[in-house]
This record gives sequence, structure tokens and C-alpha cells, in this order.
Amino acid sequence: MSQGNAVKTTENEAAGENRISAFVKREIGRVLALGSLVAIFIFFTIMRPVFASWQNVSGGILMSTTVIGLLAIGTTFVIITGGIDLSIGTATALVAIIVGKTVQALSLNVWAGILVGLIVGGIFGMINGLLITMLKLPPFIATLAMMKAAQGLALIISDLKPILFTTDVKGWDEIAQGNIIPKIPNGVLILFVGAIIAAILLNKTVIGRYTFAIGSNEAATKLSGVNVNKWLIAIYGIGGVYVGLAAVVLTSRLGSARPDLGLGYELEAIAAVIIGGTSLLGGKGTISGTVIGALIMAVLVNGLRILELQQEWQYVITGIVIVLAVWGDNVRRRRSGEVS
Amino acid sequence: MATTQLLSLTGVSKEFPGVKALDNVSFDLNKGEVHAIVGENGAGKSTLMKILSGIYKKDAGKINYQGNQVNVSSPIEAQRLGISIIHQELNLMPDLTVAQNIFIGREERRRGRVFLNNSKLNSSARELLAELELSLDPSDRVGDLTIAKQQMVEIAKAVSYRGEVIIMDEPTSSLTPAETDSLFKIIRTLKAAGKGVVYISHRLEELNKITDRITVLRDGEYVKTLNTSETTIPEVISLMVGRKVGQDQRPDPRPLSNEVVLSVEGMSNQNLLRDVSFELRKGEILGFAGLMGAGRTELARALIGADPKTAGKVTLRGKEIKISNPSDAVNAGIGYLSEDRKKYGLLLIQNLTFNTILSSIPAFSNKFGFLKIKPAGAMVRESIKQLSIRTPSENQYVKNLSGGNQQKVVIAKWLTRDCDILIFDEPTRGIDVGAKDEIYKLLTKLASEGKSIIMISSELPEILRMSDRIAVMCEGKLTGIIDNKDADQNKIMQYATKFRD
Repeated sequence: MSQGNAVKTTENEAAGENRISAFVKREIGRVLALGSLVAIFIFFTIMRPVFASWQNVSGGILMSTTVIGLLAIGTTFVIITGGIDLSIGTATALVAIIVGKTVQALSLNVWAGILVGLIVGGIFGMINGLLITMLKLPPFIATLAMMKAAQGLALIISDLKPILFTTDVKGWDEIAQGNIIPKIPNGVLILFVGAIIAAILLNKTVIGRYTFAIGSNEAATKLSGVNVNKWLIAIYGIGGVYVGLAAVVLTSRLGSARPDLGLGYELEAIAAVIIGGTSLLGGKGTISGTVIGALIMAVLVNGLRILELQQEWQYVITGIVIVLAVWGDNVRRRRSGEVS
Repeated sequence: MATTQLLSLTGVSKEFPGVKALDNVSFDLNKGEVHAIVGENGAGKSTLMKILSGIYKKDAGKINYQGNQVNVSSPIEAQRLGISIIHQELNLMPDLTVAQNIFIGREERRRGRVFLNNSKLNSSARELLAELELSLDPSDRVGDLTIAKQQMVEIAKAVSYRGEVIIMDEPTSSLTPAETDSLFKIIRTLKAAGKGVVYISHRLEELNKITDRITVLRDGEYVKTLNTSETTIPEVISLMVGRKVGQDQRPDPRPLSNEVVLSVEGMSNQNLLRDVSFELRKGEILGFAGLMGAGRTELARALIGADPKTAGKVTLRGKEIKISNPSDAVNAGIGYLSEDRKKYGLLLIQNLTFNTILSSIPAFSNKFGFLKIKPAGAMVRESIKQLSIRTPSENQYVKNLSGGNQQKVVIAKWLTRDCDILIFDEPTRGIDVGAKDEIYKLLTKLASEGKSIIMISSELPEILRMSDRIAVMCEGKLTGIIDNKDADQNKIMQYATKFRD
């Protein structure tokens, strides 16, 4: 009897161990990314202890990553489908300008203003999706065109001037800078809540499942009876909603809507997604990886600034990190036989 | 004249993590000989060829080439030695010309080595093509050529390296019988010039026509080398599978239902299909035979709405339905299993569960769009058992399964979706002999359970073995529907070539 139990326990233990090793094996990409984030963090802390102060971490690192982080989270969906969205940077500026103008013209309150941002962003993303599915433009081309169009429209609508609307709306600056939870700026809270919602959408819902399916094999997904066009439009729409959220957070942080900001954000967001281990070929990717990727970039920029390295060098180092991250991932996959 | 040995491999072994792909395999090739290597999928044919052409490194064994022991360390080294390989999937650049493809990487240049010398390139290519008696124009764009002509370009390219050994991996898999004959003519030219040809093929009936010797591999091990003139196809098959397989079986006559499930009238499309009409009955396997390019796949794709049609009425159980895209077809209970499973059937980088529920995701989610993973898992485990899919678990990535098991996953996908009409396009392509049998049994079982099956196949024995009735197509038209008991290979070929004569 007791012997039987003992055998059973060992079996269970073995099963448990297998589960842990399987987990580590499956999640090795993210474990490594998280490991590098921690390593970089420790490095800067040793160099300059002030780096690890909560003030620097929340105000300097986390707060500065909210906009790029939100854009990256939204565009992770698009990249997992095997697509790309180059328009998210200038679209952030366009949505910010439209929100500013609308809030001013209609004297909207803060909640209505946020809603306008999300809706306009979502529509903008769905237009990308329509161009890709209905006109059959490659995502690169469609979103390149939308990037230029958004840049121009932002300048036209704003008449080249920043829109100072935030002081007229009670609570607008609180969106990013308030503290619902003590010591944690709301912008940071929005980033993490946004990430959790995205992770649930991606892993637990139908649209997330189709996101992976389309990225794995669009033709097979279509022949399986899935209305791929409809879902692609919705997925680009999700990317757009996160653009809207990023735009709202940006205006709250800056205290205005500026038509000239945004260009270049798309590449930083895409870099964060790639560093986070999402494949540009589609079919693979995680939200947590993207968040880690965005944090690695923010930590680097902040740390190098604290080390008083010239900003030019920060760009060079970001480039090197992208190469190392993707190369390291390739080596790991080849070793584990995932790719030949 | 004594035969001169060109190449010999002795005791070659190769191990991959967890798999012994080749175990102490030997093989030799003489000048002017065509030596076939046959075996089921996973027997080690392609691993052996990849070692010979420098793509893989062997773990043990020796390679002797023209009397010297050599080390084929890379594809470039193989080329330098004079070993060329023509891969199953052609590696040509469609937008370049025939001549540019043949001499890619070795272009003729003008003095100064900067500018290309196109006229010299074309004349070299013309000489080479004339030598091989190939009727190709060096300045034609390769993308405009038929598959057979593209294959000839590959052969010319292989010969242009002036190698002694040419490896052909399934060279006839996409050729018509006439094209196959002209390929054989080229192979005979190569033989006469003293080259050695290693010939890999699933089409065993070709071996009699073209090969001198046949080496059989099974599960990574060397089984036997036979002289083609002294053996028979059944012997080769039984060596391949290690047991006897019936070659010319026919289905047990089954009582056919008169209930028409699907009827197609006047199906036409822009380029090829002309007024195709047929009926599919409940519980029947309707075979579609025909030559390459007869329009069978096009018919299937037009039927399920994957490609546009110009005319055609589809009636499902007496009710006319409109199918304008694949999701309409799936909603009507029609599932299509493509001949190219990897491209059109599976999400290779995803697991078995994902692939099995792909068509039924709405059924495995609640009204808020959240997935119900647990019932899906249970369902998939049930399918694995029912179809005896060999996999460690439902979490296995589909790319790690064998061809036969991958096919079963696609079948599981449609059964999970409750499809009553299944269109199998070349159901056993790329599936080894043993697993073929299993797929056949599965098709028969599905039919006897009341599913209606359209089976497109280019293998006549397969058509005869499986179909209750046989529809034959030729150049976009349906030329006849024959009951199995009245059919034989000759009759089918007559219908299949009706419009050619």
C-alpha cells in the first residue's frame, strides 16, 4: 500500500518536473528576454544607484514607455498576422489632433474625449484593413500610404499649430499623470491594463485565435471557412484602438496635441515587438514579450542618459540590441530544431 | 566492357536528435547507369541524397568518388566534384530567362569582368540545349514555361556543371505521361554520355522503363539492391514495406444509395472549365480521374468558391445554394482537402488542437468570443483516437507529424466541423505506402458512415481501388462517368484523352 503511494508520488513529481521543463522550454524566448531586461537593469543600477530609485523607474522609465508601449501592444496583433503597420506613428498625431479639435468644438468631458480617441483610432486602423483586404494592397504599401496621409492630415487639420485643449477639460492631465493607485502614474496603469486586455484578446478569444491562424497560413485559414478579410479588418482595427489610446495618453502627458510628433514612433514600436520575440513572418508572438521589449528599449535609453552618454549613441545601441535580440532568437531556434 | 564504378557509399550513418535517419547504408553507382533509390517516406532517401549533395554531414561512413575518398562538405563542394542534384521542388527564378537560370552564378562577362555578356551566355546555353536535344529557347522567360519544360531547364543546369553524377528527386511527380517520356529520352542521352543518374521516385511503374538497378531502403536501413530486369514491382513493394500489399484491389461492392446529396450543373470558369455537371450520392466515393491540367482541382476550387466561376448551379439536398467563397462552402458542410496540405490545409507551426478546431472555432467559443479550450481538447483527443493519429499528444506541432498523420489532421478538422461532403484532392500524395492503406480504409469507413466523398486522384490504381463511380475529365470537360465494375485503366485513359485525339 505505502509502496504504491510512493510510486505514485514519484510519478507525480516526474510529471511536475516535466511540466516545468516543458514550460521553460516553451517559454525560453520570453525567459531570456526577461533575463536580459533584468541584467541590463542591474548593470545600470551598479553603475548609478540612482537609476533604481522609484522616481526614476516610474517617472523616467515606465512613464516614458507608455506611448510606444501601447502602440507596440496594438501592432503585435498586426505583426502576428504576418502584416505590418507603418501608419501607427503619424496616426497617433492625427488622432490626437482630431481629439483636440473635437473636444474643443463640442466641449466634451474627459470620458467622451477618450472615447473619441479610441473610435477615431479604430476607424483609422480599419481603413488600413480595408485597403489590405479589399484593394489587396500589401500591408507595407497600404500603411505606408496611410502614414503619409495621416502626417499631412494632422498638419492640415491643426493648421500646423499645437492644439492647447487639455487645460480646458477637467481631468485631462490626470489621464496619464494622475495616481489612482498611489505612486503609480495612471499612464503606467493604462499601459499594463492595456497589455492585460490585449493578452486576453490574443490568447483567450476567437479574434486572437484567428490572428495566429492567419499569420500561420492565410490560404489554409481561408479554405477552412474563416472569413479572413473580415477578421483582418478587425485586427487592424484593434491596432488602431491602441493608437487612439496612445494618442490620448500622449496629449495628457504633453498638455497639448502636436501635429509634428509621431513620425518614427512606428519603428520604435515595431522594434519593441521584435525584441520581444514576435516573428515578422507571422504566426508567433506574445504581448508579454512586446511589453518586455518596450521596457528593454526604455531602460536602455534612460540608463544611457543617466550615464550621460550622448543621445546619438543611444540610437546606435538600440540598433545593436535589435540585432542581438533577433540573432540570439535565431540561434536558439536553430539549436532547438525549430527551424532548419 | 567492364562497368566502371563512379561512386560508392559504404556504411553511411546519420543521426538527428532522437532519430536514426540512416544506419549503415551502402550504395554504388556505375558510369552510364540509372540507379533508383526507393522506400517509404522516412526510409532515408532524401537524407542520403542530402549527404551526397553536401547539404547534411554524415556521422559515419565513407564516400568514394571516381576512385578517391572524398568529403562532400558543402553543396558547393559537391558541385565542384561533379555531383548535381535536381530537387523535387524546382529552384528556378521565374523572371529570369532559360540561359540566365542555367548559368546563374557563373555568368559570362565582358572584358573587365563588370558587364554581362548576354549574347555569349545565350550561345553557350543554345549549345548545351542542342547537345541534350532539348527544344528550348535560351531567351524565354522561365516563368512562362510549363512545369515539364522548367524541369528540362533544371536538367540542363545540372548538366552544365559537367558533373558525372546527377541526382533526380521525384522528377516526374508533376509531369504528364508524354512529358515523362521525353524526360526518359533525356535520361537515356545522359546515360549514353556515361553519366550516372540517381533516380528517386514514388512511381514504381517507371522503374521498369528507365532504371538499371533498384536499391530499397526501409526505416533508414539498407534492404537490398536489385537488378531491374530480374525483379517485379510487387517484389519491390514488399521489400519497401516489409510485407505484401495488394496492388490491384477493387472496393467491395457496396449498395449505393439513390439519395443525391450534391448536384453540380454547368460549372464553367474563365480559362478551363466547360459546362461540368455531375451528381454526388450519399455514402458514395466519386473518383475524379484525368491527366494533369484536366481541370479537376480547378473544378473543386470553383465548387467551394475559392476561385471565381462564370456559370454553374449547385444544388445541395434539393435546394439550390450560392457558394461565393470558401466559408459559404464550409457552412454548407463541404470540406476541401487540398493536394498541397502544407500550403492550403494546415497551420504547420501550430499544434494539433489548433488545426483540428480551425474550422469550428465559433462552436468552441461563447457568445462573448471567449474560447472554450477544455471541450476542444477533449474533442481533439477523441479525434486522435478515432482516426488513430500517431502523435505524443494533442499539443504536438503539426509540422512534426508524418505526411499520413498530417492528412488525418486535415480530415479531423472537417469531421469536427460536421462536414458531410468531403473533397479529397490527391489524398495520398506524398504519403508512404503503409500509411496510404490506412487513409484508404479511413475513406471507406467515412463513406460507409454516410459521408459523400469526391476523390481527385492521378493514380489510376487508387481511383479503381477506391471509387464507386469514376468521373473522367479532359481539358476542362467531363468526358464520362463510369461505374467501377465497368472501368479499367484503359477505359479511363480513353476518356481522359478524348479531346486530344
